[in-house]
Amino acid sequence: MSLLMAILIGFLYAVSIYLLLRRSIVKLVIGILFLSYATNLMLFFTGGLTETSPAFTDIASTSEVVTASDPLPQALILTALVIGFGVAAFSMVLIYRFYKESGTVDLDELSEIEKS
Amino acid sequence: MLGIVPASLFFVFLSKIPAVGRGDAFKEVYPWLSDLGIGFSFNLDGLSMFFALLVTGVGALIMIYAGYYMRSYQKTNRFFGYLVFFMAGMLGLVTASDWITLFMFWEFTSISSFMLIGFKHEKTAAREAALQALLITGGGGLALLAGLIMMSLPYHSFSIEAVINDPQPFLQSSLFVPATILILIGAFTKSAIFPFHFWLPGAMQAPSPVSAFLHSATMVKAGIYLLARLHPVMESQELWIYTLSVFGVVTMFVGAWFALAQQDLKKILAYTTVSALGTMVLLIGTSTAYSVTAALVFLLVHAFYKATLFMMAGNIEKITGTRDMNQLGQLNRFMPVATVISLLALLSMSGIPPMIGFIGKELMYEAKLNAPAAGNFILLTGFLANAFTVFVSLRFAYGVFWGKKQDFKKQPHEPDVSLLVGPAVLVFISLLLGIFPNQIAGLLGSAFQSVLPGETLIKLKLWHGFNEILLLSFLTVLLGVVMFVYRKAIIRIVCYLNSNYFNLKLSQRFFTGIDVFLNLTKKKTAVVQHGYHRFYLMTIFIAAALLLILTMPAVDFQFDFDLKFDGLSFFVMLAAIMIIAGSIAVIVAQSRLVALIATGFVGIGITIVFVLYSGVDLAITMVMVETLTVVLGAMVVYHLPKYLNYSGVGSRIRDGIVAVFFGFVMGFLALQTSKPTTLTKISDYFVENSYTKAFGENIVNVILVDFRALDTLGEIVVLALAAIGIVSLLKLNAQKKSSR
Amino acid sequence: MKTEILKIAAAHLKPFLLILSLVVLYRGHNEPGGGFIAGLLAGMAYVIYAGAFGVSKAKQLRLAKPMFFMGFGIGIALFSGMIGLMNGADSIFTGVWTTLTFGDFSLKLGTPLLFDLGVYLTVAGMLVKVIFTVMEEDV
Repeated sequence: MSLLMAILIGFLYAVSIYLLLRRSIVKLVIGILFLSYATNLMLFFTGGLTETSPAFTDIASTSEVVTASDPLPQALILTALVIGFGVAAFSMVLIYRFYKESGTVDLDELSEIEKS
Repeated sequence: MLGIVPASLFFVFLSKIPAVGRGDAFKEVYPWLSDLGIGFSFNLDGLSMFFALLVTGVGALIMIYAGYYMRSYQKTNRFFGYLVFFMAGMLGLVTASDWITLFMFWEFTSISSFMLIGFKHEKTAAREAALQALLITGGGGLALLAGLIMMSLPYHSFSIEAVINDPQPFLQSSLFVPATILILIGAFTKSAIFPFHFWLPGAMQAPSPVSAFLHSATMVKAGIYLLARLHPVMESQELWIYTLSVFGVVTMFVGAWFALAQQDLKKILAYTTVSALGTMVLLIGTSTAYSVTAALVFLLVHAFYKATLFMMAGNIEKITGTRDMNQLGQLNRFMPVATVISLLALLSMSGIPPMIGFIGKELMYEAKLNAPAAGNFILLTGFLANAFTVFVSLRFAYGVFWGKKQDFKKQPHEPDVSLLVGPAVLVFISLLLGIFPNQIAGLLGSAFQSVLPGETLIKLKLWHGFNEILLLSFLTVLLGVVMFVYRKAIIRIVCYLNSNYFNLKLSQRFFTGIDVFLNLTKKKTAVVQHGYHRFYLMTIFIAAALLLILTMPAVDFQFDFDLKFDGLSFFVMLAAIMIIAGSIAVIVAQSRLVALIATGFVGIGITIVFVLYSGVDLAITMVMVETLTVVLGAMVVYHLPKYLNYSGVGSRIRDGIVAVFFGFVMGFLALQTSKPTTLTKISDYFVENSYTKAFGENIVNVILVDFRALDTLGEIVVLALAAIGIVSLLKLNAQKKSSR
Repeated sequence: MKTEILKIAAAHLKPFLLILSLVVLYRGHNEPGGGFIAGLLAGMAYVIYAGAFGVSKAKQLRLAKPMFFMGFGIGIALFSGMIGLMNGADSIFTGVWTTLTFGDFSLKLGTPLLFDLGVYLTVAGMLVKVIFTVMEEDV
């Protein structure tokens, strides 16, 4: 199973990098989304994959801690997801504004505009 | 009013003199970075006391003077802020007993000097001079820091006492030579020693109180202080002795020479200061009881008369509107008191009895006569430099207070009393100490012990009897007078020589050097900062991947993975297919909307992974976030132009290679992390304590709102900021539209 | 897109989602849920409403004051930490934030819950503000 997960993570990273390197700013933003997918999955993966035992402690047996899945990566990802939404929303509005101001969604053109 | 603080400090220090004699005056140690052996510590010994009294005493008088002098300026509160900041820095510098503490205060003084030189920042010359001073003293400061660290390495501590009490580990360390050279560069830049002297005349752009305080009496003496402080360590080293002597002699002569033909009063004083600083370095380097006594006395003497003269130059400029000697003259008629004060200070500068300057010069000659090496040469240059100083003093006195009659725009008058108090007190002390020199013997004695332990201070007296030294003094004055008689010819010759042979133009060259450097960096920047976003990213990712590969051996990376596809359930396969298919769709999509929906598709695939592997909260959040992102994206993308393929096949293949490479590295990294480890996890703590201490069963939630609540607080602030950012991005646009 | 069905659905979904979000918020400490999820749910209620009736109408809703909720949320979150500070002393966990004292446990009210409420309000406010702003740009 871990091999499949590793392949998925590597694949998502590759897709995200490829998108980030495009000239179109829309693809750049989608690339950012993919980068956070890949990273979230990676974090989740490092916590260890345990099926059907969510990160809860059982009230009845507080003295005996049940081996649950690692809660820390999950907490990190939960934070990252919501922040990720903030970032995605902001960057989307940013490219919208960028297009309104410059009339282009091509990043190379932007550098030319700046140079001139 | 501001003079009260330094004045009271002065008396505090004064009251500590007996304690310093016993060696238990003041010692404060605060641990700072104790792991690195750095302490924030202070110690008041004889040498520190000597400088501290100088700083606070002169400082108090300068404050009184500046209080009136700066009335015609704007933003004087800022000025006094810098001045007090400087004074604090200087006091910290001379009392520090830790090299890093000393260095920190050293930089304080450099920065405040920069601020004060550039105080009239609307003037280009002032800005340039300030920058030049900062770059030179700041660069020297860096050299000093490097040198101090090298010096302290064998001690595992930055304590000053450690080095002074036991110099051997340093002297025998392989870093001795580079450390010494770096420290010397630091001291020389600060004290305007040739070839770094040129910033000091430039610094005359500062208001006169600053020139009087920083650039004659105190800050430029910081280098001298450092040399004196280190002298007990270095006194047996030839490198130290010779460097100090050679640079001291050269600076002494160069400074005096360039002072000869100056027209600007403050420039004259600046160059004589350079000469005086050179003399002090030379005297410390000569390293005899005579020379060190002479250095200390001369330091005091110089601070007194030079501060006085700078203040008087400021007064003259204030009243007549010029400091150009050609436009001044006959001022003795209008300001008799100022004339008397200036003349006494000039007498002290020329070394004529009964001023203390005379004692200083006598001791200097005595030291040079007794110099162990190259005595005659040093004596001759010293003699010439002193004669030049006499000449300059005469020129100053005659040119300003007698000389030609000038038509002043306004009728000159006596300066205000508060402008005269400072100079008068200093001159009075010079005179008093000239007659009763032994009043300061105690103070000088304990300072002397810090510089040259094992010897004793030479007894100070005004009258030494008829001997060769008196003859030398007499000849010095005589030569000065003779030169003055033929002043026109001499000035013409000096000007000719200066402009044709000795035109070093160090200041201009310095700025040319800066320009060349800036151009170089501009070219370098143009190469590195090319402005193409994609290539920046590419650089980052390739570098990150390579670094990860490089660290693999370090973390004992082994390719022994469990390379089997096992335990693949239907849902896992579904998730994998969704992720892969969605990703491919994003890449090949010809429509923005399709790409966006495919992105959401991938997100749902990841959600399935979360659900399958016990990430319940994650899955719920992810579903909602994905939905919202796609909805929001659809709303935004709607306004954007059609999806276009900007890049050609070549760059696609290139980017593809980079992407696959990075993906491979990350995949390997993921595999590596999946291997079972024996390390204890941080999360074990959370798991154990979630219910017992935080009364929550949902550990993820407990971590978020309890264990790491501060992080979460930061996060919601970021979210709020993102919202505000979005609002301002869009609403600002609307405002622009409506204003059109 | 402003169909009648969506309108009816949105009008009924809104109170339902809001109540649901409060439940999710409350049970978050022990079961799946919590401030983030609840905040997103509550925000969603308004987003759907705005989708059905238009932003201008959604903005007239009584509770549609996103900027206020964001500020209030951060304020509550901060305050919940301050309570711990004020009670001071037994620093159970890392940092100041976790020296929280718990009120009446049987009612399960405590500063973490208060903190979660702050998170909830902030997330909901942020979501509503962002979506409304972008929607307004659309029109």
